[in-house]
Amino acid sequence: MKKLTLPLSADEIKALNAGDCVLLSGTIYTARDCAHRRIFELLDRGEKLPFDLKDAFIYYAGPCPAPAGKACGSCGPTTSARMNIFAPHLLNLGLGGMIGKGEMSEETRQAIQRNGRVYFAAIGGAGASYGNAVKTCECVAFPDLLSEAVYRMEVEDFPLVVAIDSKGNSIYKA
Amino acid sequence: MRTLSTREISDCVYRLARKAGLTLTKSCRNALLSAENAETGAAQFALNAVLENEKVARREQMPVCQDTGMSVVLIELGQDVHLTGAPLKDAVDDGVRRAYRDGNFRKSICDPLTRANTGDNTPAHLHVEIVAGDKVNVCFLPKGFGSENMSRLYMLTPAEGREGIVNAIVETVKLAGSRPCPPVYVGVGIGGSFDGCALLAKKALLRDVGSENPRADVASIEKEALAKINTLGIGAQGFGGKVTAIGVSCEVAPTHIAGLPVAVNIQCHCVRCEKETL
Repeated sequence: MKKLTLPLSADEIKALNAGDCVLLSGTIYTARDCAHRRIFELLDRGEKLPFDLKDAFIYYAGPCPAPAGKACGSCGPTTSARMNIFAPHLLNLGLGGMIGKGEMSEETRQAIQRNGRVYFAAIGGAGASYGNAVKTCECVAFPDLLSEAVYRMEVEDFPLVVAIDSKGNSIYKA
Repeated sequence: MRTLSTREISDCVYRLARKAGLTLTKSCRNALLSAENAETGAAQFALNAVLENEKVARREQMPVCQDTGMSVVLIELGQDVHLTGAPLKDAVDDGVRRAYRDGNFRKSICDPLTRANTGDNTPAHLHVEIVAGDKVNVCFLPKGFGSENMSRLYMLTPAEGREGIVNAIVETVKLAGSRPCPPVYVGVGIGGSFDGCALLAKKALLRDVGSENPRADVASIEKEALAKINTLGIGAQGFGGKVTAIGVSCEVAPTHIAGLPVAVNIQCHCVRCEKETL
């Protein structure tokens, strides 16, 4: 299986095809429903975001609390489709890509293609395995949201499937 | 008359919740193993990851899925039992609170409008039914919402009949697509009222995956709906394949002469459900 380390170069992204299985390592940021709303409020007010969107990867996930001796608890993906109202704008602002589960909208697919980015599917229901692959985890924004806060994570060998590639191809049936 | 402290029910909820978060039901695991053998490519990769994940969960004592769910608790309370101690609802919530804290489970319950998290996964969604005898049956179902979100209720007309029921089940799974973590387990309520029908669908999910309704006409709906769902081609995680659902379970109840309610409750492939009799 192809091993990739973030940040990904344009050439690395271009070489990915829908359906490829990869192991991804590096820095990612979690954000789901409420965190996205807060990020958009910051954007509306022109305030600084908790992390630089440029080439960053957002993981649609809300982890369980970390057990003693671990960086993170179970941490599989949540349903990406709920973030369709946010993803195209963030991609236009330079977001590197997303990790989640399940199909995304036509508008999101077009934004991925237009910006030459990628959407990876993590395997839903494999939360313990993903949590185990998180090596460091730090809350960087909105701690009141608990599991829905933004966490910066260093991950090692996340098993992922390329779901929508930079050419706009999707693994999901139309 | 038997006397039982609600503290015992609280401790029972605690045990069931802790176990359910870390374990797939045996019938679910077996169905996923069969699906893994039937599939190839990305779908097989996904099913293998899910089965391996359960081993990691057990070894590391981490929940199989980070969505440790809304705590659905169904209690059948024998009418010859006299409960003492804290009110039953408080005792159940206390069991959930302790289990989610000690198990490092995610707290996923929030106000619907402010979205403020209650911080301890309470309140549980509690159903109590009074039954004959002096036993208490407790069932704990941690219900994830990726799949709950894809559930639907149809108020069909009597004329739509059996065909309408099968179409409603298949349509719900088709519209859900890759979003609820397929292969899904489909709980269906047929009949009853608007609210009762949805509860029937939830109860259908408590049955073993692959079990049949004892009524032959209902079992034939289960069989036909499952076969049609598995021609949709959605497959594990929506990666395409032969197994989009691992089972369809239907429960029926008498309804009104003017109606035919059908509730379709989608459960992801992480079927977690634990039961105990006190």
